[in-house]
Amino acid sequence: MTVLKIENLTKRFGKVMALDGVNIEVEKGEVYGFIGPNGAGKSTTIRVLLGILKATDGDVKIFGMDAWKDAVEIHKRIAYVPGDVNLWPNLTGGEVIDLFVKLRGGNNINKREELIRKFNLDPSKKCRTYSKGNRQKVALVAAFSSDADLYILDEPTSGLDPLMEMVFQECVMEAKREGKSIILSSHILSEVEKLCDKVGIIRQGKIIETGTLSELRHLTRTSLVVETKQPIPSLSEQLGVYEIEMKGTALTFQVDTEKMDTIISYISQFGVTRLESTPFTLEDLFMRFYGGEEQTSNAGVGGAS
Amino acid sequence: MSRHLYHNTGLLSRFILRRDRVRIPVWLLAISLITVITSSAFTDLYSSDQDRQAIAETMKNPAMTAMIGPGYGLDNYTSGAMMAHQMLLFTAIAVAIMSILLVTRHTRADEEDGRIELIRSLPTGRLSNLSATILVLFAVNILLIILVGLGLYALGIESMDLEGSMIYGAALGATGMFFATVTALFAQLSENSKGTIGYSFTVLIIAYLIRAIGDVGNETLSWFSPLGWVLGSEVYVNNYWWPILLTVGASMIIAALSLYLNAIRDLESGFLPSRQGRKHASAFLQSPLGLALRLQRTGIIAWAIGMFLMGASYGSILGDLESFYKEIEMIMTPVEGFSLTEQFLTMLMSIMAMICTVPVLMFILKLRGEEKKNRTEHLLSRAVSRTRLLGSYFIIAMVGGFVMMLLSIIGLWSAGKAVMDEAISFGSMFNSAMVYLPAIWMMIAVAVWLIGFVPKLTGLAWLYLGYSFFVVYLGGVLQFPEWMSKFSPFGHIPKIPVEDMDYMKVAMLTLLFIVVTVVGFIGYKKRDIDG
Repeated sequence: MTVLKIENLTKRFGKVMALDGVNIEVEKGEVYGFIGPNGAGKSTTIRVLLGILKATDGDVKIFGMDAWKDAVEIHKRIAYVPGDVNLWPNLTGGEVIDLFVKLRGGNNINKREELIRKFNLDPSKKCRTYSKGNRQKVALVAAFSSDADLYILDEPTSGLDPLMEMVFQECVMEAKREGKSIILSSHILSEVEKLCDKVGIIRQGKIIETGTLSELRHLTRTSLVVETKQPIPSLSEQLGVYEIEMKGTALTFQVDTEKMDTIISYISQFGVTRLESTPFTLEDLFMRFYGGEEQTSNAGVGGAS
Repeated sequence: MSRHLYHNTGLLSRFILRRDRVRIPVWLLAISLITVITSSAFTDLYSSDQDRQAIAETMKNPAMTAMIGPGYGLDNYTSGAMMAHQMLLFTAIAVAIMSILLVTRHTRADEEDGRIELIRSLPTGRLSNLSATILVLFAVNILLIILVGLGLYALGIESMDLEGSMIYGAALGATGMFFATVTALFAQLSENSKGTIGYSFTVLIIAYLIRAIGDVGNETLSWFSPLGWVLGSEVYVNNYWWPILLTVGASMIIAALSLYLNAIRDLESGFLPSRQGRKHASAFLQSPLGLALRLQRTGIIAWAIGMFLMGASYGSILGDLESFYKEIEMIMTPVEGFSLTEQFLTMLMSIMAMICTVPVLMFILKLRGEEKKNRTEHLLSRAVSRTRLLGSYFIIAMVGGFVMMLLSIIGLWSAGKAVMDEAISFGSMFNSAMVYLPAIWMMIAVAVWLIGFVPKLTGLAWLYLGYSFFVVYLGGVLQFPEWMSKFSPFGHIPKIPVEDMDYMKVAMLTLLFIVVTVVGFIGYKKRDIDG
């Protein structure tokens, strides 16, 4: 069952094309990782999903309803955590959580207390005194104590310490076990790798790659460290081999994952004495897509506004 | 030791002056210019002894004493005595507010935002920032003494000699120093800048109230209030220096205490425990309307008190006006059946209605402020429709408009009743005030429309109110053409009771209000929320 479907979404701010034909589909019980550099359009997409921004063109459906027209109805079943949580300085964290939960409609007191304990949050403090991480916790507690069907998380762990990140990951996995859908925009690639079933990479308002992690494998390279009895001639002439370097007696290079078989058979002729391979990571993928050309210097979260 | 504690105080003082190179001159100029201008206006308005003595008579009532302090020299009400009586207390309060805001800004507010931490990581003493702030504030207040003292003396008014003028300035400056050190003390005690300002203002208000009660009932009580001390200098009448010295001395002690407390505490901590907040939201808070009310609670209460006091202060002069108009009514015949006081009231109502529009616009435009701070998205990403969100603020503005008007006329009526011989009935005042509601509504409609269609330009609502004030209030005096006031909703309201009620006009205005509001709501539903 498709929970969320974005088709050909375009959003223009004046002359600036923020989103240019974005397509995303999230199934029930699926965790969708949404990655991309700052200013690529992650937050803009999410705000369109929330009915806060109006799509210039395209079709955005959540639970089969229109994200703009049926916003209120949809919002009864979703929970949202922004990346940059601005709260009211004169309300306490506890008050804000209650308000948020109440505005959504549901109420789950047990879960609230449990989450406050897990995230180690003092709900009696005014939001003014909270650090960025603590404000983030307020939004996370409010989101996960609601009984939502779709969780929209926009860089939810920015500002959390590694322990709290673990707690967050547990929350996501628990929601997944319960058959909820989650869309997670993040910069922490290990987190995305660990949690997400499917990944979409957005750049300059376009989804440039999408699929499961194994589907994306063809886009990646594996790093190899090899020592052989005899020197390997003309390795650089083999297809799909890059960045060959001599390190002491060892040779390091990268191989297109698709070409792995050929290369391994080729080098085995020369008497392999040592072979180490570093598996593909999302980080490599990410770096390959964004590294080098045109890095946006826009730091922090929530680049689109 | 002292190098260890006060290192680089001078440099930090210069840094404070650099940061406030606009703020401080504006405060100083505003206070001293208003003082000098009022003084010369008083002299022009009440040029003869008889004029002043007539005013002095009207001042001899407990309400006036409570409000502006005891009148020294009421039997020989010279220009100087009058100035000191009617202006000194309120100007001193303005100076106190200046000191409170400036000190908080450079102490607890900087500390809260982590800027003091940066300063302290540099080779500066532990007490350098606080002592630099106190030094600058003392210098600012001494400059104020000189500006006001010489300014008043320069007017060359007979009863305002050099010594009296300097004491007048010193009374203001001493109040400023006192509240600067009080704020410095609370900056040590409280953990945040809001608390620092809050506690300092509380001291100021209590000082005012103790003095008010003391001046009316028990003179000894007034000596427990620093505001009682500065008034006790009896400027231009007896010219006592010692109450000024007492105030400055007290400031020194408080300054020493705050420096001591600063020295023994940790950075970013306070001595007053920060109150534990609620762990759960009350049922009241859990709706967009409840939230909007809660966020503006302090503002709403402050404006409500303010509007009541404004009404009361206008009301307190109605007695004088009545006797003044009685005299000239011999010469000038008023409109059939109405006293000149009643005619003045219709003018007053339009002004009060426009002043009441200020909080009303603030209530509705708060939504835009929330949007800019990215906080409306918390609500809109939950099951809250835009209509409901805007509606909550709209309701507060609508009810707020009525309540503000009501409070100001209750103040006006009750104070007027106390001082007038022939009091005007509450019903009559109520009608002539409430007829302005459609104009206030129209201003709300304009704000809603701006929020719906051009959120970046919501400031235009203020400009429109400013225009209204300009053409309706000054238009009559400056003889602007009639059509100019027709661009303001306030220009269309009939001046009840002098004019007849014009149902047609009021109904049209109300209809226009409804249409513009509905259009604004539709616009808000259709646009992007930015933040």
